[in-house]
Amino acid sequence: MSTSSQNAYSPAVPVAPRPGARANVFHGKPASSVTMFPRPVPEVVVPKVALDAISLSYRTTSGESLLALDNINLEVRPGEFLCIVGPSGCGKSTLLHLIAGLCPQTSGKILVDGKPVNGPGTDRILIFQELGLFPWLTVGGNVEFGMKMKNLPKAEREERAQYYLRLVHLLNFRDSYIHQLSGGMRQRVALARALATEPDVLLMDEPFAALDAQTRDLLHDELERIWAETNRTIIFVTHNVREAVRLGDRVALMTFRPGRVKQEFSVNLPRPRQMEQPDVARTAGEILGYLREEINKSLEEEYADEKAR
Amino acid sequence: MKKLAKQFIFYSVLLGLWALLAKLRVWPPYLFPPPWGVGHALWDGFADHSFWIGIAVTMKRMLIGYSLSVVLGMILGLAVSSNKFLEETLGGLLVSLQSLPSICWIPLAVLWFGLSEKAILFVVLMGSLLSVTIAMEDGRKQMPKIYGMAGRNLGASGFRLFWSVLLPASLPFIVNGMKQGWAFAWRSLIQAEMIFLSLGLGQLLMMGRDLSDMSQVMAVMILIIILGYMVDGLIFRTMERRLQEKYGLTPA
Repeated sequence: MSTSSQNAYSPAVPVAPRPGARANVFHGKPASSVTMFPRPVPEVVVPKVALDAISLSYRTTSGESLLALDNINLEVRPGEFLCIVGPSGCGKSTLLHLIAGLCPQTSGKILVDGKPVNGPGTDRILIFQELGLFPWLTVGGNVEFGMKMKNLPKAEREERAQYYLRLVHLLNFRDSYIHQLSGGMRQRVALARALATEPDVLLMDEPFAALDAQTRDLLHDELERIWAETNRTIIFVTHNVREAVRLGDRVALMTFRPGRVKQEFSVNLPRPRQMEQPDVARTAGEILGYLREEINKSLEEEYADEKAR
Repeated sequence: MKKLAKQFIFYSVLLGLWALLAKLRVWPPYLFPPPWGVGHALWDGFADHSFWIGIAVTMKRMLIGYSLSVVLGMILGLAVSSNKFLEETLGGLLVSLQSLPSICWIPLAVLWFGLSEKAILFVVLMGSLLSVTIAMEDGRKQMPKIYGMAGRNLGASGFRLFWSVLLPASLPFIVNGMKQGWAFAWRSLIQAEMIFLSLGLGQLLMMGRDLSDMSQVMAVMILIIILGYMVDGLIFRTMERRLQEKYGLTPA
């Protein structure tokens, strides 16, 4: 199977950097780890997140060992918006759980700012697909939770909660309980809760999959705005190629059984983008082509296996 | 209000029917006393303090035995649910032990502790401990895993993870377990009191039988129903409903 990566795709559209984005030139390899000097000029930047030959296998209930992730190599620049797309079951959610430190990988290294990850840390916050908002806390309580765990004083917690709730336009719902909110509002609470701990890296696991199209479009706009305002690094997992192209600076395509990064595409379309934009659709179409090819290939392999039996 | 009116009519009809049957003397009055006879027995019981003492003694035993079983049951439930080995061994034993009616512990309790307060408490404990334990264990298992992950993800660990995430997340299950435990403890205690004859409502019930005083028997039965319902139906159900509303488990 070919894993020729870094096959950059660039449509003939000039790159428009988002306002406030750091001007990073990225050379693809982390700086040598034996540098004795303070990091020199920011021209060579240590990737915010680097996945180095990550593999994960686990035992199924029937006792067989299953390879879920196979030799994943990915690097994410500081302030970059990376989208990971792939068919369901390709292990993209699992990959986020690994980066969040919620479970250990079988082999390989995960580096954040050049330091290996071993366990959860508030520099990386994952927004779960199911959100995992705490129903026994109010919206405000949920947003303050991470800060409480960091032992921040009450006044600061409240102030920051207020800031982030305003950012997601939910300040009026501070004292509501989660079940009183709509799906889109819950999404925004989860976003505020994650942002409030001020992580460097935001990991988002298909956060908008269960929403209706209008709400999702609205949240895309808000996420893009918040990303520009807060300057976070975002790794966003989705099965929707068009959503990936709409949001990402770069799209990594994953395949399944086992999960691998098949190809990476940089999306050089001007922001803000819209899902319905023709160039977004066209770019998505091309990526989808690769994805289909991959799916067909794996299907063919499966059929061949069946015939051989 | 509509519900209350329905209930009022229902109980009035029930009492009327009872009074009518008693008035018609379908059965002799010493076997089927009229409502006012039972009312009289209730009045007398409270007037000579025997009912007050019975209630006080029973509730005191209940409080001690039940608190003990809740604390032990939670510890046991936590232990069983967080340790694979204990779950596969002790967990199975607990489930099988629960099929034993609590009254079956009485002979053992009498031989171990004699006809004493300890023996009664032991029976109450064995009656409700298992259901609290099993409810706790189930609660821990049914609690969505996402809360624990979200908590760790947001920087909670160790005791704080338990206290601020795992405990509140399993609170609806814990309250359910406590409610079940109460029901079992209540039944076990009355049963034990009927056999031990050492004050309490159970003894008053048996005394009624010994004196062939059907009015007292029915009066005590009514007392047991009312007390049991007050705690179970009012305290626990209110707690449960509030929790469910807050957690969004029921359409509020």
